[in-house]
Amino acid sequence: MSSDKMSSENNILVKLEDAGIRQNDKWLVQGVSLEVEKGKIVTLIGPNGSGKSTTAKIALGIYKKIEGKVEKFTDKIGYVPQKISVDWTLPLRVHDFMVLTENLKDEEINKALTLTGVLNLKKKNLGNLSGGEFQRVLLARAISKKPELLVLDEPVQGVDFTGEIALYKLIKEISDKLNCGILLISHDLHTVMSATDHVVCLNGHVCCSGSPIDVAKNNEYKALFGDQASQILSRYEHKHDHVHSSDGSIKQKN
Amino acid sequence: MFDDFFIRALFAGIGVAFVTGPLGCFVIWRRLSYFGDTLAHSALLGVTIAYSLEFNIAFSVFITSSLIALILVQLQNKTNLPGDALLGLLAHSSLAVGLVVIGFLTFIRFDIMGLLFGDILAVTVNDIYIIWFGGALILLILKLIWKPLFASTVNYELAEAEGLNPDRAKAIFTILMAAIIAISIKMVGLLLITGMLIIPAAMARNISDSPLKMVTYSIIGGLLSVLIGLFSSLEFNTPSGPSIVAAALFLFILSLLKIKQTIKLKN
Repeated sequence: MSSDKMSSENNILVKLEDAGIRQNDKWLVQGVSLEVEKGKIVTLIGPNGSGKSTTAKIALGIYKKIEGKVEKFTDKIGYVPQKISVDWTLPLRVHDFMVLTENLKDEEINKALTLTGVLNLKKKNLGNLSGGEFQRVLLARAISKKPELLVLDEPVQGVDFTGEIALYKLIKEISDKLNCGILLISHDLHTVMSATDHVVCLNGHVCCSGSPIDVAKNNEYKALFGDQASQILSRYEHKHDHVHSSDGSIKQKN
Repeated sequence: MFDDFFIRALFAGIGVAFVTGPLGCFVIWRRLSYFGDTLAHSALLGVTIAYSLEFNIAFSVFITSSLIALILVQLQNKTNLPGDALLGLLAHSSLAVGLVVIGFLTFIRFDIMGLLFGDILAVTVNDIYIIWFGGALILLILKLIWKPLFASTVNYELAEAEGLNPDRAKAIFTILMAAIIAISIKMVGLLLITGMLIIPAAMARNISDSPLKMVTYSIIGGLLSVLIGLFSSLEFNTPSGPSIVAAALFLFILSLLKIKQTIKLKN
């Protein structure tokens, strides 16, 4: 059976099987299996350096030398990277940035910028935006091309609190309206909980995964996030069955 | 029409300026000015090969510069030396080897000054055809790879993630750089080609707020530099390459005045 056929049957947009990447004999992340389906939101959570962004880049095909398998079933992809260092030797307005990877009509640009609340910045130079404004422009650019797969790496960083909630609501709406799959990265399960279908908790490997409630209940998740998690979800029991070393590998299993 | 050497030089120069304008913008955006220098230095080797094998100069330079670019990529992958050291190594060694080979070719009289700084007297009708056809081809290819090249210049990972194949665009752009050096070497001279690439583009950066404007002003700047440079070269009997680049510098200084004005207006 061809892979195209399989994808249309299963609605799978991207699939990772036991994927990982090694750099200088050190695993950045390993053994990740996950799949993003149409209309579904998959959230990656984990502490800093746990391999969330790396996993997203593996899924996007940015890394070439990987272990395991990654299959993409769509080319219509919108990506909001975590860090973007735009070189200011380039004179670039928001408008120019919007059409970076796709030729869009003016109305499509305006619509996307209106959705994220930054239409007024259209003529502004990209270098003059604040962190939050820039983040909204990044999100607008990613959704404007009506992608089948959206990969959002901490898409609301630097956005004020009320804006953060509104943007997550918008992300959920986009997923419903465009019926696109979303791979979302967040370090805070609490805020994305309501908008997520499936959560993968990473710490150099897949610590645990499942529905948001399952993961929140999971002891490994709580061991990773400690006080913060237990404050939010104090009603759940707490037990961790393995210990992590500083690079995220499993030290021992009890 | 092409009987007069000055008319030939004008046509050649105008053709070159149309191509160096947009390419120069990418050289600035992608920080490739030393890379351009290296390719230009290696062009001398290409010229000597052309003379000794009685080959077309532009073609020979194109091949040599492309080869040097390929060697650079290999060295970057295989050694731990920083990029600028490798560029310096290739630039100066290819220049040195080129000059040594010239020393051996005693049976040919070389106009070294003309090679280094350009010589409008040397532009033939054939050269004009090479510049215009070659230049048109370069611009056409640049237009075709514009989207992936520009997107990856802004952000590589974004371009790669959204399926634009930036690596291919980069490789093609490198070949275009070798090609522009090959077609403009007679006109500007190999020491000053990078100046012709970056100075009009730098001038354009000072006065533009969008990529398209910068490309447009860069072309206009290049054209003006060629016109001013060539006329003063004729008038004062100065070498063509330095005259054109000096004219470009003059325009760059003018563009700085414009910046001063806008800052004043803002305050």
